Amino acid sequence: MFNLDTFIDLPLVWYGLIATAIFLYVLLDGFDLGIGILFPFAPSDKCRDRMMGSVAPFWDGNETWLVLGGGGLFAAFPLAYAILMPAFYMPVIVMLLGLILRGVSFEFRFKAHGPSRRLWDYTFHFGSLAATFAQGTILGGFVQGVSVQGRAFSGEPLAWLSAFSLMTGLALVFGYALLGAAWLIMKTEDITQDWARRCAVYLIGFVAFFMALVSIGMPIMNPQIRALWFSLPNFFYLQIMPLSCVVLFVLLWRDLHRNHENRPFFLVQGVFLMNYIGLGVSMWPWLVPFEVTFRQAAAAPESQSLLIVGTVILLPVILGYTAYCYYIFRGKSSHDIHY
Amino acid sequence: MFDHLDPTLLARIQFAFTVSFHILFPAFTIGLASWLAVVEWRWLKTGNPLYREIYRMWVKIFAVTFGMGVVSGVVLSYQFGTNWSVFSDRTGNILGPLLGYEVLTAFFLEASFLGVMLFGWQRVSPRMHFAATIIVAVGTLISAFWILSANSWMQTPQGFRIGADGLFYPTNWIDIIFNPSFPHRFAHMTIAAYLTTAFVVGGVGAFYLFRKQFVRHARIMFGMAMLMAVFVAPTQLLVGDMHGLNTLEHQPVKVSAMEGLWDTQRGAPLVLFGWPDEATEETRYAIELPKMSSLILTHSLDGEVKGLKDWPREEHPPVLWVFWSFRIMVGIGVLMIFTGLFAAVLHLKKRLFDTGWFQIWCMALTPSGFIAVLAGWFVTEIGRQPYIVSGVMRTAEAVSPVGGIQVGLSLLAFVAVYLLVFGAGVYYIIGLIRKGPDVDTSEKDDGRKQGRPALVGRLASE
Ligand code: HDD
Ligand code: HEM
Ligand code: HEM
Repeated sequence: MFNLDTFIDLPLVWYGLIATAIFLYVLLDGFDLGIGILFPFAPSDKCRDRMMGSVAPFWDGNETWLVLGGGGLFAAFPLAYAILMPAFYMPVIVMLLGLILRGVSFEFRFKAHGPSRRLWDYTFHFGSLAATFAQGTILGGFVQGVSVQGRAFSGEPLAWLSAFSLMTGLALVFGYALLGAAWLIMKTEDITQDWARRCAVYLIGFVAFFMALVSIGMPIMNPQIRALWFSLPNFFYLQIMPLSCVVLFVLLWRDLHRNHENRPFFLVQGVFLMNYIGLGVSMWPWLVPFEVTFRQAAAAPESQSLLIVGTVILLPVILGYTAYCYYIFRGKSSHDIHY
Repeated sequence: MFDHLDPTLLARIQFAFTVSFHILFPAFTIGLASWLAVVEWRWLKTGNPLYREIYRMWVKIFAVTFGMGVVSGVVLSYQFGTNWSVFSDRTGNILGPLLGYEVLTAFFLEASFLGVMLFGWQRVSPRMHFAATIIVAVGTLISAFWILSANSWMQTPQGFRIGADGLFYPTNWIDIIFNPSFPHRFAHMTIAAYLTTAFVVGGVGAFYLFRKQFVRHARIMFGMAMLMAVFVAPTQLLVGDMHGLNTLEHQPVKVSAMEGLWDTQRGAPLVLFGWPDEATEETRYAIELPKMSSLILTHSLDGEVKGLKDWPREEHPPVLWVFWSFRIMVGIGVLMIFTGLFAAVLHLKKRLFDTGWFQIWCMALTPSGFIAVLAGWFVTEIGRQPYIVSGVMRTAEAVSPVGGIQVGLSLLAFVAVYLLVFGAGVYYIIGLIRKGPDVDTSEKDDGRKQGRPALVGRLASE
């Protein structure tokens, strides 16, 4: 049967691909979830129209990266999928319910008038908030580790719940809100933009604070991570991540006070990237920390081979037309978006 | 409260609920996307603004339905893991790549170009817009291709081996993807989606004709829908029959349950109605047509048809559900065929657009496609029980190690959220239908917007 196992290190490639898909999800859906988080605080209904208009053509495509992350995990690492989903049963369900509520709010809000419009404002907000918070707690629970027996999750239903995971939940809320604010600085003007800029200034502090907390917390909680980060020469290499975050923050701070419009968004993305890489280094090579590595969880090489062919061909195509769609809707979000 | 309930049963109820909710939307969006492509093509070709106005009206309904389809679909892709983790672990090698291809080839395509289709009017050329509509329509069909392939493999598995570790391993991808029931299921489901859409569009057209509103638009909608009823409804009967014969070959016990036959016999009757009773193993109050079952299934008057008693009881699916769901689906299929016949006759008498009773009939059939689709899936899925992968893996072995409380609570949460979402969706769709097409697209729809500038008002209303 068709098998590429002898030519490439399939599990490693898949590990990289899934990690990329999840990261793209965080970047892309991150900003539209962030807009949901900021939504009720906007100065006026008109601002809210613009905010929603700025993401309405994209949210569905953005969310598809989540489907690819989940579907890809199922395809390439079924064992990890089968352990992680029951382990995070409750936050996953909360995330899904949140995504439902916020997703339909786009369509319903465009059609509603008067008080029912308020209803969809709030489902959009609370749906985004719940989905983000749930994703953050999943991240926290993941970092803490998952108990496994045989090929199944063996922990308590609430094993994911801890002070740390609640904190990461909160951290992600602020993080996405910052992404959302930076997006709005780029895509809107006048009042909305001014307001988004003020939000961003305010949020930076929180994001930096939480990042510091998580970075200190992880090595304290886990000796393996401590050993990794605080041994020589790793220590020096790994400083790249925190140091570049500091640089990015400084640039961001200056941009926000100098009316830069586009750069802040990419700077925030840079901050996310650095954090993500840091996390990836700490979690390597676990797919179910600290029980199953990505090699142990890998699907049969025939299965990984079949899908890799399609991925290599289709992923560039997908990225291409995704970029094209962003290009079509380039420029400031205006009120003439309608259908 | 859920502690003494069987987690497998709860997981089944939860999955059945979420997947049944999901399929309502694809059943409509698959058909509607293709139809919108045709409408837009007619517009580009003829320049007749009626087509454009029809498009603009239905694309709003499409957006609402599509949105609900997407969010309920995302739930499903995670539920394989949350509710059926053992199943995911064991069959992941096979089903994973199929679902992966669905995401890569279909979901991104649909999701990205949907944005262009909805919001791109002023930003791309009409031809590019038309291309976006076609891409979305093709995307929905590709999506159906992969997911139905995955589902059909669970019905008629082949091309795999089971390793010493109990996992499924692929041995031949072509056999897996094009498994025996797949072509039938793909054809049957696609047609089902087209019929569902046709009867919704036709029902709405009939409603306008009946109320003498938007008559010129309504004639187009109604006429196109009736064309589908005339030609496609009978096709569905043929395809369904072939599908059934295929099932007879691969899942005979399902067919016996559909027919409500307990004893193996030659010249078996066709049970039209009755009440299959699993306790006494008989179908009570049966109204039968002699020998017809043999004729349909073996194409000979006294061919042998197997009865359920040929299999041990623990291999029987829940007969009552399968039996009745099948009758509901076929019954609706027959009603649809009659609709086509009436339409053809009325057309010949030149009375297609002004026959009141026929308009009421078509309005009544508006939701019929959805009911038939659900009933059909109930036949297929419940008829597969007690197996999750036909003949190879049982549903009871597949369930996640998740407690009844969690599954039960999340089921309640899904029911609550879905009812809210569904209620609101139906409410807004009905609103859009009552409002009808915007006949004068330039300055009209601004009445209630409390003095906002026209463009804002329009954004708010759409
Ligand atoms: C015959 C067609 C069909 C069937 C049987 C199913 N679906 Fe579906 N699905 C579609 C046809 C479709 C579609 C037409 O492609 C949808 C409907 C609305 C939409 O947005 O795309 C969709 C959307 C959709 C999405 C959202 C895609 C996105 O983000 O854009 C997901 C994740 C799934 N589905 C997953 C599933 C799963 C796991 C199923 C089975 C258990 C399933 N679907 C049954
Ligand atoms: C979209 C239309 C579908 C509908 C309405 C539907 C309906 C159902 C129902 C009613 C059940 C419960 C049966 C029972 O437990 O008695 C079920 C089970 C299930 N179906 Fe489907 N189904 C659909 C499509 C699919 C597809 C496309 C797949 C897979 C690719 C699938 C996979 C499953 C699984 C994994 C179960 C749970 C295990 C089981 O009970 O057998 N279904 N479905
Ligand atoms: C007119 C006569 C019809 C016949 C003889 C027929 C036959 C069948 C059969 C035998 C199955 C079960 C397949 C299995 O073994 O799993 C089935 C399933 C199904 N039917 Fe029908 N059908 C008819 C009409 C319709 C109509 C009108 C619709 C919807 C508009 C519909 C929608 C479905 C769906 C969605 C399924 C489940 C998916 C599948 O297995 O294809 N059917 N049909």
